[in-house]
Amino acid sequence: MPRTDFGPPHYMEMLPPVIKRNYGRWKYHEILRPGVLKHVAESGEEIYSVRVGSPRLVSTDFIREVCDLADKYCDGYVRFTSRHNIEFLVTNKENIEPLIQEVKAKGWPVGGTGNCLSNMVHTQGWIHCHTPATDASGIVKAVMDELYEYFVEEKLPAKLRISLACCLNMCGAVHCSDIAILGVHRTPPRVDHELLAKVSEIPTVVASCPTGAIRPNPKLKSVEVNEERCMYCGNCFTMSPAMQIMDPENDGVSIWVGGKVSNARTAPMFSRLAIPYLPNNPPRWPEVVEAVKKLVEVWATHARKGERMGEWIERIGWETFFKLADIPFTDKHIDDFIFSVPTFRTTTQFRW
Amino acid sequence: MSDAQTPRVNELEKGSWPSFVKEIKRAAEKHPAAGDLLRQLELSYAEKVGHWKHGGIVGVKGYGGGVIGRYSDKPEEFPHVKEFHTMRVNQPSGWFYTTKALRELCDIWDKYGSGLTNFHGSTGDIILLGTTTQNLQPCFDELSDAGFDLGGSGGGLRTPSACVGPARCEFSCIDTLDVCHSLTLEFQDFLHRPQWPYKFKIKVAGCPNDCVASIARADFAIIGTWKGPIQIDHAAVAEYAQNGLSIQEEVVEKCPTRALAWDSERKELKLKPEDCVRCMHCINKMPKALRPGEQRGATLLVGGKATILKSAFLGWVIVPFMELKPPYTELKDLLRKIFDWWDENGKNRERIGELIYRVGMRTFLKAVGLPPAPQMVFRPRANPYVFWWPEEVKRNA
Repeated sequence: MPRTDFGPPHYMEMLPPVIKRNYGRWKYHEILRPGVLKHVAESGEEIYSVRVGSPRLVSTDFIREVCDLADKYCDGYVRFTSRHNIEFLVTNKENIEPLIQEVKAKGWPVGGTGNCLSNMVHTQGWIHCHTPATDASGIVKAVMDELYEYFVEEKLPAKLRISLACCLNMCGAVHCSDIAILGVHRTPPRVDHELLAKVSEIPTVVASCPTGAIRPNPKLKSVEVNEERCMYCGNCFTMSPAMQIMDPENDGVSIWVGGKVSNARTAPMFSRLAIPYLPNNPPRWPEVVEAVKKLVEVWATHARKGERMGEWIERIGWETFFKLADIPFTDKHIDDFIFSVPTFRTTTQFRW
Repeated sequence: MSDAQTPRVNELEKGSWPSFVKEIKRAAEKHPAAGDLLRQLELSYAEKVGHWKHGGIVGVKGYGGGVIGRYSDKPEEFPHVKEFHTMRVNQPSGWFYTTKALRELCDIWDKYGSGLTNFHGSTGDIILLGTTTQNLQPCFDELSDAGFDLGGSGGGLRTPSACVGPARCEFSCIDTLDVCHSLTLEFQDFLHRPQWPYKFKIKVAGCPNDCVASIARADFAIIGTWKGPIQIDHAAVAEYAQNGLSIQEEVVEKCPTRALAWDSERKELKLKPEDCVRCMHCINKMPKALRPGEQRGATLLVGGKATILKSAFLGWVIVPFMELKPPYTELKDLLRKIFDWWDENGKNRERIGELIYRVGMRTFLKAVGLPPAPQMVFRPRANPYVFWWPEEVKRNA
């Protein structure tokens, strides 16, 4: 038997000596240029971090290439960020430039700091998920190609965090992003009665529905769906393979805006619906890419310095946002689930 | 592999951003599974639909989680991804690595898997993407020998994660890496043997900037904060002003509670500490000049989650301030009470936030022994339907 329940390697084993020496005693940092951070400790010691964008889905040989660079320039230490970027940790200032040159020669982008677009957090999509309404890596690649300049140059009003989840489960927790790309199902599950009778417990499937749209069908030893009540969440499919929710004709992508997680200035905010549906159009999803780019540009044009997307929209009002973004406002934008009421306007104050 | 088989996905080799398709092709040079993965993806791109069967329970000896079973629904066409299971490997706190450790992981994965990985999954694990049922156990045996344990999956504790914290950030008010590591070790059983109604995520952020998105993504968020005034180095503030930072416009006017004032003539920043809500904005703008106050600890929030099922929730404050010193006994005791109460009362696939929403915050607070505090709400209730505990009213016998 192998050892079990010993947990991850201790983080101290993974830290460069300069970090061990100055752990908890950092004094300040500066962004020297997009993708290069300088942290200075109370002791006066310095560490430079070179941030590099990664496709996240990478081969072992990619990781070995990262290791080769870290061995050459960083004494064998490297870290990753919460948004899938690579950070090369450099103690010798002289190593920064040659490292960046080698990184760029490989075609890897350096950036993602300060008021840049950071890497996109995303889910698995068609690569590895069993309920996706869209792909993940493909859209991310197409969007990041289009917005590349915003990753490598610092020219936005504030931070920009774009995320993608391939169905309403929102495994990528996109619900608090400046721009969220979310795969959506739009049709009720199709019940495979024969399969359901064989593999699923009826009460479990019935209980899985948040809107009570599923009821037992004793005759077929199966269930039936009240289609008017179904909101296509797919929770029943997670519980039973006989409730197929994927629908290539109707599945697609929605776009949400204005979320943030940081407490800086304003409290954390949810992203809210901007575009209810765009078609799945692989391999490069041109409609999605164009919509995201337009949203970034309208924000960058109109926001004040330092204003995140949601802060800008809250200042100008959502009615103005829809006008400036040239997005039609539809009945889909008005919430009708359980927490809808606080989103209805209860004042005569609004803009024309 | 031949490019002619994948005309659609080949389009994603173009463009400036590094390409995952190139990475799959690189892996395919050594691993037939990676080639079949790409060919199956091509089919998905043609048909606009996924090609993985529903679920599948596989694992390694002694564990109930950490492996996601995956089977192709086209096994005849793509025999090498007939079984294509993911192993979640628990990352070291803060995602720091030596190249030696990374190379060892790569060697093991080339021996047993598809050669494809995610660095990292969105919960934080190292994702080893795609292997056969037969290879799971020997792969885990070698990972274990190399010092890597599995992460969480299913209805149990998911792999906790932490921001870079005191390792390389001057803002961190708590030792995020140590808290994360200590909680992970303490609750190994819940991580490896799913036994709860649903998933439970813990994330540790060093300051209210919350770089690990704990408030949105964690059922239990630990966010560093402080008491007492922000520490100001007035000479350093003046230096920022001199170097072109508009302190009035970019700092003072952005303060959400107007706790700051700037005397531009005397080059002096004034703070009303009683009005500061510790949002981090001014500190973010002038890290050389401003630091969090001296008494450090954490705010604890519960209930954060994505949509499924009862809408997305942001975490709710349940402990405004807790000092966090090893061995973190008070924190661990509280977590144990929360786990027990949720395990006892939660329905199948009901997250802790949804249970609290269903039965009421007062029931939760009483069950886990936390005193109500005004910091827990934006404002008190406006409806008069107040519940009273039996001992709070007199009843006729």
